[in-house]
Amino acid sequence: MMNPSLAIYRGLKRAGIDFATSVPCVNLQELLDLVGKDPDIIHLPVTREEEGVGLCAGAWMGGRRPALLMQNSGLGNCINALASLDFLYGIPLLMIISHRGVAGEPIVGQVPMGQLTAPLLDAMQIPHFSPVCSEAEDVVNSARSLAAASRRPVAVLLDLDFWRGT
Amino acid sequence: MRRMEAIALAAEAAQAQDALLISNIGFPSRELCAAKDRPENFYMLGSMGLASSIGLGLALGLPARKVIVLDGDGSVLMNLGTLATIAHYAPENYLLVILDNCCYGSTGSQPTCTHLGTDLSAIALAAGVRVVKKVDELGDLQLALTGQGVVVAKVDPGNADVPIINLAPEEIIERFMRSARPAPPS
Repeated sequence: MMNPSLAIYRGLKRAGIDFATSVPCVNLQELLDLVGKDPDIIHLPVTREEEGVGLCAGAWMGGRRPALLMQNSGLGNCINALASLDFLYGIPLLMIISHRGVAGEPIVGQVPMGQLTAPLLDAMQIPHFSPVCSEAEDVVNSARSLAAASRRPVAVLLDLDFWRGT
Repeated sequence: MRRMEAIALAAEAAQAQDALLISNIGFPSRELCAAKDRPENFYMLGSMGLASSIGLGLALGLPARKVIVLDGDGSVLMNLGTLATIAHYAPENYLLVILDNCCYGSTGSQPTCTHLGTDLSAIALAAGVRVVKKVDELGDLQLALTGQGVVVAKVDPGNADVPIINLAPEEIIERFMRSARPAPPS
């Protein structure tokens, strides 16, 4: 069975991601370690997800291929920036999102944003994909291509089952 | 000093250093466009608070190019974490200029906490930024504009009488990116 973090990392590499900003989630720890150790990826841990949207926008204007790695709780912190920076100017962004608050979630505080994550993305017309582990590398790569071609943000949502490798 | 004077000086310094200039939402972008419009200016029309972050991403992506950010006190207060990130990750080609007029100048000059004494240069130092300058005269600002790190420039409240920017967002970013990135060899 493929390691879920490795599957996403391989997708990022195939997509040519060379700049990443992140706010951690317990489910992202292995992935953040892989990204942090990669000499070909500039990785900035940021203080708030919205800051990451700004950094990724600037990096893209400078010719980099950025990704934002975060928990779905951080989507709420990004909404104005996604709209009035990325949508307004046509700036692509790949978002790799640990999707908490769904089936199997032990922490009640994660549930409200967990349930709202897909509806919020739908309301913003941001395409989102929820791959199983075996297809994750391909989906991450094609999500980056879609973001670049449409010059819009695109999200990959990775729920609790995904991180269990099921 | 008046903010428009500080912005005009920054625009001259940016041109002299072939620097890219990220300019904060509202009147600062309008004043910059009126003072010296260049393709190398990125005028923010939204995402208040993120000028310093956009500029940092750009500076990391283009390490050979100087990047100057013109930000405001209200906007930096909205994204204070940026100072910690700048402290630890900003490269030498990055300069953040905070034009501190102690108010939200584009929305009716409501006071910010810098009006009550919050010291953004002290916060930047405490966040770990190594080079922090505090200036209140044009001559000192001119000198600081050739450097790196963070500059807090005290400016008077009030906006210049300048028109709105007559460029679509697509034009702003396309011409900016063409000027930011040299054409690939043919």
